[in-house]
Amino acid sequence: MNERDREHSSPQRRKQVALFVTCLADLFRPSVAFASIKLLERAGCEVSVPLQQTCCGQPAYNSGNYEEAVPLAQQVITMLADADYVVAPSGSCAGMICHHYPRLLEGEWRERALELAAKTFELTVFLNDIAHIKPPGKKPSAAIPSVAYHDGCAGLRELDIREQPRQLLRDLCGIEVSELQQREVCCGFGGTFCAKMPEISGKMVDDKLNDIMATGADVLAGGDLGCLLNIAGRARRQGKKIEVRHIAELLQQDRDTPAIGEGK
Amino acid sequence: MEQRSDTFLDNASEALKNVEQAKRRDIIATFAPLMRSAAIEGFDEFDTLRQHVKRVREHALDHLEYYLGQFEQQAVQNGNHVHFARNSDEFNSVVLDICQQHDARRVAKGKSMVTEETGLNSFLQRAGLEVMETDLGEYIIQRAGETPSHIVAPALHKSAGEIRALFQSTHDLGARDLPETVDLVAEAREVLREHFLKAEVGIIGANALVAENGYSMLVTNEGNGDLCANLPRVLIVCTTIDRVLPLAQDATAMLRLLVRSATGQAQTCYTSFYSGPRRDSDVDGPIETHFVLLDNKRSDILDSDYREMLECIRCGACLNHCPIYSSVGGHAYGWVYPGPMGSILTPLLTSLEQSHALPNACTSCGRCAEVCPADIPLPDLLRDLRHEENSRKLSAGRWRLGIKLHGWLARHPKLYQLSTAIAIHTLHLFGRKRGSYSSLPMASGWTSQRDFPAPQGKTFMQQYKARLKRLAEQRNEH
Repeated sequence: MNERDREHSSPQRRKQVALFVTCLADLFRPSVAFASIKLLERAGCEVSVPLQQTCCGQPAYNSGNYEEAVPLAQQVITMLADADYVVAPSGSCAGMICHHYPRLLEGEWRERALELAAKTFELTVFLNDIAHIKPPGKKPSAAIPSVAYHDGCAGLRELDIREQPRQLLRDLCGIEVSELQQREVCCGFGGTFCAKMPEISGKMVDDKLNDIMATGADVLAGGDLGCLLNIAGRARRQGKKIEVRHIAELLQQDRDTPAIGEGK
Repeated sequence: MEQRSDTFLDNASEALKNVEQAKRRDIIATFAPLMRSAAIEGFDEFDTLRQHVKRVREHALDHLEYYLGQFEQQAVQNGNHVHFARNSDEFNSVVLDICQQHDARRVAKGKSMVTEETGLNSFLQRAGLEVMETDLGEYIIQRAGETPSHIVAPALHKSAGEIRALFQSTHDLGARDLPETVDLVAEAREVLREHFLKAEVGIIGANALVAENGYSMLVTNEGNGDLCANLPRVLIVCTTIDRVLPLAQDATAMLRLLVRSATGQAQTCYTSFYSGPRRDSDVDGPIETHFVLLDNKRSDILDSDYREMLECIRCGACLNHCPIYSSVGGHAYGWVYPGPMGSILTPLLTSLEQSHALPNACTSCGRCAEVCPADIPLPDLLRDLRHEENSRKLSAGRWRLGIKLHGWLARHPKLYQLSTAIAIHTLHLFGRKRGSYSSLPMASGWTSQRDFPAPQGKTFMQQYKARLKRLAEQRNEH
């Protein structure tokens, strides 16, 4: 069933969304998942969180251990088979499900992977393009910070996420993003890459951080915790002052929780 | 060429310390993509053409034997000699034999990555021949005793100052000090002219071989290829078997992708087709012409899962858009072909044992595949090589074990959630005040470069399950 048919067949029914929390949000930053739930509910969705979820298998897959990645992909496919929509607050995890599961799996499992791919969305894409979240009635009361945005690579090139996060920041928070010079360039995270080739990764994240600092922004937002942990960690190491947050937190106007890498 | 890809990490570390070169690489990494995108912006049929050429290349590779046969037949009919070489040794011997049959002492050589692959220059020099590279970039690095750092711009790593110093130490300059870049070019040109006129053999590469007419196609910006091809008595075209295309129009279609992707030009200064030796009616041209076509494991690649790599047209766009290539430069890769395409070709053409670090020099950022005019899924092929590395247990044991343990745990949600809850809580308790760790024994790769952000508190799953429990209790109370 495509998007249009689904809408027509049950015009009154609220969209049923299963949240794929992602392991980094689960472990490092639950506030991202809670903000995602609130946003989806604001957009008129009914949100459930499948309790069996662990990891999408990306570390194994990208390390070239397909044998370990396959059962994890199958586990996720089985877990999410009954969901109407699946939403993940991460471009790389959504990209893993949408692009790499079908590549990794064969036969019937590949068919099932394609079915899952068709109903899986990254958070900002879902909020902006599918659920059409409405701006809040009143203007945000807190002072609007200056925000730079880091585009994660999987989001950019596997899911074509470019305008959605910017549109949402504009509509929901009245924020106009201060753009980086090199929006298309990787921050050097790359999963296990950053630990396997730390020096090269360090150079790459330095370049990214310099680009971010040059915008003069107070806040760096992004849609992928992997990149954000990398950038925030390097900023801390270098003593650079920048508040790093997942876009879900900003959209939900949650700036009370300490930013990534900041103490209480 | 000597292989030192096994020390990639050390090579990279060394390269990162060279601040001057790193700065130049950063500038190039900014400008090269801009030049390419400017060239493609006004060229609406780029994507259509890309798909068309891909189909043509796939077809040509599917019927490689047929088209090679047709090429050979046509080329011989045009008066050429065609040689096939299985490996570098055969290739070098064929070329040397031709030189020796003509009592050649001097060779004028155009740019050819294939001859870098076989180590042709040193082989000919050991046999007593004087070999001079005539592409300006190649000439510079030959003088400096170095190897190309980029497949299109071989001397990309050299500054004008370094080239000036090089010419001052290796050329007889007298009182001239070559103050401007244009003086450096003029100086090289002067030396090269002499050699073009004296060389008995010219060697050039090829961007494509055309099966229907037996021609080879070559693009250059300096015209040195044409001088190598037309002034010496003997011409040898050196290339590989996977360059063959069915029709001349296929070669020109590919050309429109190649040049825009490589240098951001719509067309190079020179595009030449070479048909064969001088005819009676011609005023110049070589009296004898040869094609030497190298296989060197390409037949194996054809039958492998990496077949698409043979569709590479050597434009260098993946290098120009790779953040790792631009961080460490071409020499760090340790062999002929650097960057994403090189990280695939090096293991395939040499051995994965020696070069398995290269497929790991990738964040799967996907920029290379996005710009590849041959539409090769480079990050996927790199990942497949990591799969092979992993299956053959070439990767570090602790990484393989770590991934296995993580995989096992992730397949047991209850145990995963319990153990991560404990680990995360501990990390939170010790790290919450500062907000991050400056060092962690289990994550030294991470903390060598950056702080490790502490977890917020309990895991989401813990908090969410507690919330569900509360809600259920509330419901029971009512």
